[in-house]
Amino acid sequence: MVTETKANTFIDEICALPGGEGIKVCIQCGTCTASCPNADLMDHTPSELIAMARAGMRKEVLSSNAMWYCLSCYMCTVRCPRGIKQTGLMHAFESLSIQAGLVHTKTLTPTMYRLFNHYCSLGSLPELWFMARFYLQTNPFHSLRMIPVAFNLLKRGRLSLKSRKLTPAGNSQLQAILAKAESLGGAK
Amino acid sequence: MKYYTYFPGCSCSSEGGAKAYDWSIQAVSKVLDIELKELDDWNCCGSTPSGSVDELGAFCLASRDLALAEKTGLDMVTPCSACYVIFNRTNTYLKQYPHLKAQVDESLAAGDLKYQGTVKARHMLDIITTDIGYDAIKSRVKKPLNGLKVAPYYGCQVVRPGFGFDHTENPQSLDKLVASLGGEPTTFPLKTRCCGGSLIISEEGLALDLTHKLLESAASNGAECLVTVCPLCQTNLDAYQSRVNRKFKTNYKLPVLFFTQLMGIAFGLDGKTLGLNKNIVSSNEVMERVYNPISYMTTH
Repeated sequence: MVTETKANTFIDEICALPGGEGIKVCIQCGTCTASCPNADLMDHTPSELIAMARAGMRKEVLSSNAMWYCLSCYMCTVRCPRGIKQTGLMHAFESLSIQAGLVHTKTLTPTMYRLFNHYCSLGSLPELWFMARFYLQTNPFHSLRMIPVAFNLLKRGRLSLKSRKLTPAGNSQLQAILAKAESLGGAK
Repeated sequence: MKYYTYFPGCSCSSEGGAKAYDWSIQAVSKVLDIELKELDDWNCCGSTPSGSVDELGAFCLASRDLALAEKTGLDMVTPCSACYVIFNRTNTYLKQYPHLKAQVDESLAAGDLKYQGTVKARHMLDIITTDIGYDAIKSRVKKPLNGLKVAPYYGCQVVRPGFGFDHTENPQSLDKLVASLGGEPTTFPLKTRCCGGSLIISEEGLALDLTHKLLESAASNGAECLVTVCPLCQTNLDAYQSRVNRKFKTNYKLPVLFFTQLMGIAFGLDGKTLGLNKNIVSSNEVMERVYNPISYMTTH
């Protein structure tokens, strides 16, 4: 009975997120897994992840590496015979995993996403600083290997030192909107 | 003259890595009588990562842009496939989930904005192939591509999850566009498979594997270059081509052009205007092939 209560809670949590409700109608045909370019790298395939979520395995699902390998290519979504927004489910697992502090430790994608979101919420993504900061934060050695790629981009004016700024009025408008959204406590 | 609100997105802004895409769009639009008015004071759409970190915040980022665009009363066009999906997804979700809409409305109100949900967000490829059309494009061609073999690379998000433009797995618009310029679209079985997207940063090995497959598929079908419709796809295929070569001991030198750059070449516009020198793999051979077909044939 304990499992059932747990399952209901986790399912409710997923269904409360926009796009999450599809999880109820999955028939476990495996089309999403067969269509996924990265299924072989995941500790649990996309269809397995759905089955686990429905079995109430909240911790196992949210600490999986699977959703962090999702490329948002939407192949699973367009092929699902039940019309489940599988890519949206992966995004939902990602945000629930961050909220729950259960993020898989062996992939750098969550760190990259957080940094990306940090810059987005300032109004624009400065590609150079975003990449430099990410590499220095996660793997300074790798940043050395990236020098030739960065140099080629810099040489052609494709990595700008300057970041795009909104007007002061536009920026305060954006910050007011995001502050309000934050006070509402996330999408439901 | 056709009028649109233009949303360049971070990559195609003047501080972004895909300036050449923006430049070639501007140049080609002039030829095709398309008037693009950039959205005033736009912010980043949030792209895919934001939604995975903070869903409501991500919907609000996109909704601010949509609310600003609504004031213009025009369709909003973006050259970036990620922006295209984000805006359409936001529109769809706001209609489908009233509770989400209420939260977004309340947040927008804090910035004195209101969004009714009327903006149509469209991709540049859709505008050019649907609103302008292949015949009008053909009529502007001054330098036909002489059968240049072009691998038409759509990538994922321009056709998926699918917002009414082209086919989700076997699209044809870019193929037909290449043909209308006098080029030959090659068979390209992987034309809608993923390039690795932003995971090129966090999981480079995985993304290089995918990019490698694309280059291999294009080359083995005889492509002399690829065309893309997305700034990120272009960066992965072009800037990381040397990394693919190093990892897989290959020697690809496939130019990766934005589709508007290829159009500009066929329209007789000069390479500088189209930002060809910003591409990392040189497109000199493509230009040579189009401008001096006879000497090209004799030397190759």
